[in-house]
Amino acid sequence: MNAPLINFTFDGRALTAKPGQTLAAALLDQGIRLVGRSFKYHRPRGILSAGIEEPNALVTVGSGGREEPNTRATDLYVYEGLNARSQNRWPSLSSDVGGVLSLVSKALPAGFYYKTFFGPPKLWLFYEQFIRRAAGLGPAPTKADPDHYAQRAAFCDVLVVGSGPAGLIAARDAVRAGKKVFLVEQDAELAPSLLRDPAEIEGKPGRTWAGEIATAVRTSGGRVLTRTSASGLWDDQFVCLSEKLIEPGQIPANGFSQRYWHVRAGEVVLATGAIERPLTFANNDLPGVMLSQAVRTYVTRFGVLPGKRVVVATTNDDGYLTARALMAAGAEVVVLDSRPAPAGHSSGVEVHNLAAPVMARGGKRGVKALVATVDGAERSFACDLVAMSGGFTPVVHLHMQAGGKLDWDQAAQAFVPGETRQNVRTVGLAAEPQPAETVGAAGNPKAAFVDFQNDVTVSDLDLAWREGYRSVEHLKRYTTLGMATDQGKTGNMAALDRIARREGITIPEAGLTTFRPPFTPVSMGALAGLATGEHAQPTRHPALYDLHAARNPIWLNAGYWKRPRAYPQGAETLAQAGLREARTVRTAVGMCDVSTLAKFEVQGPDAVQFLERVCQTTVGKLALGRGRYTFMAREDGLVFDDGTVWRLGDQRYLLTSSTGGASRMATWLSYVRGHLCADLKVSVTCVQEHYAAIAVAGPKSAQVMAALTRSEAPRHMSVVESTIAGAPVLLMAASFSGERAFEVHFDASQAEAVWQAIEAEVLATGGTLYGIEAMELLRIEKGHLVVGPDIDGRLTAEELGLGRMVNKAGGWIGQSCLSRPDFADKQRKQLIGLEAIDGKAIPEGSMLVRFVGAEAEGHVTASGLRVLEGGSIALAHLKGGQARHGEEIYAHSPTRRQTVKVRVTSPHFYDPAGERYRD
Amino acid sequence: MSKYSALQLLRGAFNGQSHWQPAWRHPDPKPSYDVVIIGGGGHGLATAYYLAKVHGITNVAVLEKGYIGSGNVGRNTTIVRSNYRLEPLGRFYEFSLKLWEGLSDDLNYNVMFSPRGALTLGHSDADMIRLAEKGDAMAVQGIEAELLTREQVMKIEPCLDFSRQARFPIEGAMIQWRGGTARHDAVAWGFARGADSHGVDIIQQCEVTGMVMDGNRVIAVETTRGRINAGTVAICAAGHSGHIAAMAGLKLPVESQTLQAMVTEGVKPMVNTVVMTQSLHCYISQSDKGGIVFGGDPDNWPSYAQRGQPVTMELAIQQGLALIPALSRLRMLRTWAGVTDMSFDGSPIIGPTPRDGLWIDGGWCYGGFKATPGSGYLFADTLANQRPHLIVEPFGLDRFERGTPVDENGTGPFPNHR
Amino acid sequence: MKQIPCPHCGNRAQAEFVYERSADSVVPLDAEPAVAIAALFSRANLRGTEEELWRHAHGCGMWLLIRRDRVSHHIEWVKPIGPEALP
Repeated sequence: MNAPLINFTFDGRALTAKPGQTLAAALLDQGIRLVGRSFKYHRPRGILSAGIEEPNALVTVGSGGREEPNTRATDLYVYEGLNARSQNRWPSLSSDVGGVLSLVSKALPAGFYYKTFFGPPKLWLFYEQFIRRAAGLGPAPTKADPDHYAQRAAFCDVLVVGSGPAGLIAARDAVRAGKKVFLVEQDAELAPSLLRDPAEIEGKPGRTWAGEIATAVRTSGGRVLTRTSASGLWDDQFVCLSEKLIEPGQIPANGFSQRYWHVRAGEVVLATGAIERPLTFANNDLPGVMLSQAVRTYVTRFGVLPGKRVVVATTNDDGYLTARALMAAGAEVVVLDSRPAPAGHSSGVEVHNLAAPVMARGGKRGVKALVATVDGAERSFACDLVAMSGGFTPVVHLHMQAGGKLDWDQAAQAFVPGETRQNVRTVGLAAEPQPAETVGAAGNPKAAFVDFQNDVTVSDLDLAWREGYRSVEHLKRYTTLGMATDQGKTGNMAALDRIARREGITIPEAGLTTFRPPFTPVSMGALAGLATGEHAQPTRHPALYDLHAARNPIWLNAGYWKRPRAYPQGAETLAQAGLREARTVRTAVGMCDVSTLAKFEVQGPDAVQFLERVCQTTVGKLALGRGRYTFMAREDGLVFDDGTVWRLGDQRYLLTSSTGGASRMATWLSYVRGHLCADLKVSVTCVQEHYAAIAVAGPKSAQVMAALTRSEAPRHMSVVESTIAGAPVLLMAASFSGERAFEVHFDASQAEAVWQAIEAEVLATGGTLYGIEAMELLRIEKGHLVVGPDIDGRLTAEELGLGRMVNKAGGWIGQSCLSRPDFADKQRKQLIGLEAIDGKAIPEGSMLVRFVGAEAEGHVTASGLRVLEGGSIALAHLKGGQARHGEEIYAHSPTRRQTVKVRVTSPHFYDPAGERYRD
Repeated sequence: MSKYSALQLLRGAFNGQSHWQPAWRHPDPKPSYDVVIIGGGGHGLATAYYLAKVHGITNVAVLEKGYIGSGNVGRNTTIVRSNYRLEPLGRFYEFSLKLWEGLSDDLNYNVMFSPRGALTLGHSDADMIRLAEKGDAMAVQGIEAELLTREQVMKIEPCLDFSRQARFPIEGAMIQWRGGTARHDAVAWGFARGADSHGVDIIQQCEVTGMVMDGNRVIAVETTRGRINAGTVAICAAGHSGHIAAMAGLKLPVESQTLQAMVTEGVKPMVNTVVMTQSLHCYISQSDKGGIVFGGDPDNWPSYAQRGQPVTMELAIQQGLALIPALSRLRMLRTWAGVTDMSFDGSPIIGPTPRDGLWIDGGWCYGGFKATPGSGYLFADTLANQRPHLIVEPFGLDRFERGTPVDENGTGPFPNHR
Repeated sequence: MKQIPCPHCGNRAQAEFVYERSADSVVPLDAEPAVAIAALFSRANLRGTEEELWRHAHGCGMWLLIRRDRVSHHIEWVKPIGPEALP
């Protein structure tokens, strides 16, 4: 069967691939060896591996918003139209100007940048722009990503990571035990090791055997996820999976390119296998020097012969499998085995024992010869491919992420999973890697690479050691070993081996760095899921939202809430609309949505005692149907919120508090109820969203309310039950504006009818809708405080000017902490009013100074104007301010280049006697 | 100490870089020191350096339970700035920032302090007023701050989402141009090399296990490498301050919590400044290697595990991608977590303790990295003179019982309410 | 991410819960000022096992007392508290 070839481009060159080939396989198939340039020295690089550990062959794929840099050619299946570009080269891959860095590399050892570029920071900033441009492998994305990323949560009994034979057996055992199994494979195919090394298992072809187990997993209610990486394993077997639905850069059919899973598993089985280790010799980074298993993968799985004259350099038996596969494909092979005696797999192959590579020769077109010591003598082997195997490093990353310890396996020269803290076990080659010996680095240490991508050489390790960076973490951070996109999957063990040999210690004594998530890099888009763009954070709409929207307000984002800021008419600006609305309230009547206020029903025989602990004011004296202003202190004695409290029944109260502090207040009340008032018979219920609320304010508000309810409006700070538009309402006479005013609270489901009835009456009375902007102007002029700017959590009730209202009998929360000595200091900040002497607007947030150049003694918390007469006023915090009324100082804003001379006043600018509240 | 310079590097090109000396010694502890500093992180090493260099106190040991720089100096987002609202914090961090500006030269170790600007975005008029307030507070103290319009921000950081329907619309920003980033490990190593060159003993793999008291005075520490007598003991172990202080029978206004950060794979330059926001919980910068460095909120529950929760990081990424949509195709490469001392007003604790001879530098919350040189200098001055330096006076341990917290956010004594 | 066994809801992801404060920070209303100040402004903050108050904020909303190791995150026990804990 001849499947059609797939068309793709690499650096603009039109090429074809066979179905199922990775980009790396397709490039090798087409004889392309030079694929990328290294990070630091821009050395020519080819393909080292056949998997996710690839440090060298990184490309950029896709276009526009789908451009994806640093994509591993070994972990990318070619699709029709794939457009891949090499990276970190200019003007082209084969003639890269950056390659000159290779020539000066002798002057650029590990950590060279710590030793030069001195001078003022500006000078470093200058050098840095060149360094930054030279660094960073792939191009910077500039466009928004058009694709979506799904997220899903799931539970399973057993999660098996890796679908090699060991993983499949674990999955089958679990299915047989009646478990729900998730089987996860990062490759596109199940059991990729059986594609590399076909085998018969239990009397069946391995692939058939694997397929049967996968079917059993699916039919028993589990899932088989290919192209899926288990990137993180957290507490209590919480596993993050990232599943590629399409290949990087490909255009998704349904808009989704990846799916990110949160899976809670009863047990995690890690069948993650092992990663082959390179050998460390001079120029081991030349294109055409590859890992032994990778070569076999290309030959057997992908049908590609990456070289015709091959030297297999190995420290273990695995190299012989590669040699046989290569010979079967028609290549000429020599095996260099580091071990003394023939290992039994040598029939028909030219084998040299006690042989270790010293140096590769060649250039950007690839390796041409391998120089090795054989039994003590140096020999050169002409070749076009080196397949190397330095043993295997078990993939213990997830085991370690889960808090597991590692043991040392002397025979395999590898760390293997040890004790584990969670229900996690490791099986297969990840637990029992095959034996291998390690050989030391050979050849010129300056050209013997340990970390390929970051260009860390053996001489860099030596230098770091010599300079005292001896902890493996120091070594890593100083040389950047293991910090590249492959996170040292191929290089870390070689580095540990070098340290151990230098010091005459064992590798476990040399130490190991900690593995942290993710195992392989995860797309940021997948981590964010659908919570991006306009959905990055929820938006809360108050009950009356649609009614506002129909009136085209200017919206305000207040926390999660969308609230109307003003309802401009014609070409009015925000400021103009706000002032018009405020003036209408002062002269006639206005209505405003106050639904977002926090509201709590407090009920029970001990409701008063509860409230008198929470509130700093008295509550017990409230008669039925009456309410009052109140404020609350934290346990440290500082005021953190304010509101009103209403007595609705004998043992039933309604407490309101600020919108912004609503959830904090809900938590606080529940804490106080449960922990500080466990002795009381009281229940507290948050009714914030059950009730919608409309404020009606202005000299004509009583008239409006009377007309709506067909009864006399309640007097100031009284509450009555009534009916508007057939809906039962609570009518509270309370004012935040300085005018006679009412809050109408009603079931949120009645919002439309009540609003429309009130609106009709307000407009008929010459009134207006008003938003937050007007509300601010009105409350500032009246000297009402707002939680946030005025009540900022740093002042006491006394300092906020609320001292007269504090319950003298005490018993409220926070009282004992006010006994701390520094609160007696009268030079602490206090709330005051300010009046601009020359009428200029007082910049909000500006600093209060005695003269420009003096230190700040306070700041402007809220700035407004006299709504009817004009003239700028403000509220402020000022050191010792309550005793400084009349003093002239400056509100100084250097960032806005404004300085306004102001007079310190009382914060009550409008009707200080409260006469307008009376009917 | 071999002097670092471009010339010396060039010399190395001809001798195989074989002339470099160890950056610091690996001595065994002596039986007694004038000052024993617990914690070989940035703060401990900086304190030792300035004690020796400025005050001539060189009989000093820095005790580190692991390897130097293994705590938060190597686990942060490398941001350096002094843009604080409250005067004592502004004064302190500005003192530190000034030291950063001359640090590479002073240490003869390039810490790569890169003042590319600390940009704080505002997403509403209210945010812009809070930013102006902070900027004004800074400017009145002589710390440069500039308010930027939306259009100015567009020029500085074009990668941000400036569309009007953005969930977090950008109304403007405040920038502190002198803020930026530094190479975190280099700070620890540079101070270690400097301190060592003045005779300070840096003792790694030496964990303090107890304190020896004589009445109310701490006279020695017990360690895994034996007892070490000390004239003065200084705790510089933020993240673990509570654990150490408990050895002297003290409880601190501190809770240890985990703070995570992450970095993406490297790309060519795209984020020019350090991007922070007034009302969100993420901060973003790009490292010299090209990785986009991301930080978020602490995990908000006590932990000594140096290991965070995935959901916390995902929330920060959601907000970050809303700000910079082009980040979506980059990949998260590495995450890390540090244990932070969350103090009860968000400000540090520097000064004496109720025990004679025992001093503390801790409570850094997530602001400790940028404080490193300033804290080292001022804590050294405090130890040398046995009284708090004027600039750190507001940060005394007793401020909570006196009633003068330095509460930048006004959120009160519970760190997770911040 | 840990699972927390909520006595009301069963095993739930830790993201549903909010850590509120350590148990040693609870200040009774009738505490002497010195005691209240000490409790509010200092913590044992042990590198070990402590009792903590959590709330199942995105679940049943109940407060829980949890004894937990702050290094390994291992939970020893979870107890319901407050009046809601009554049968």
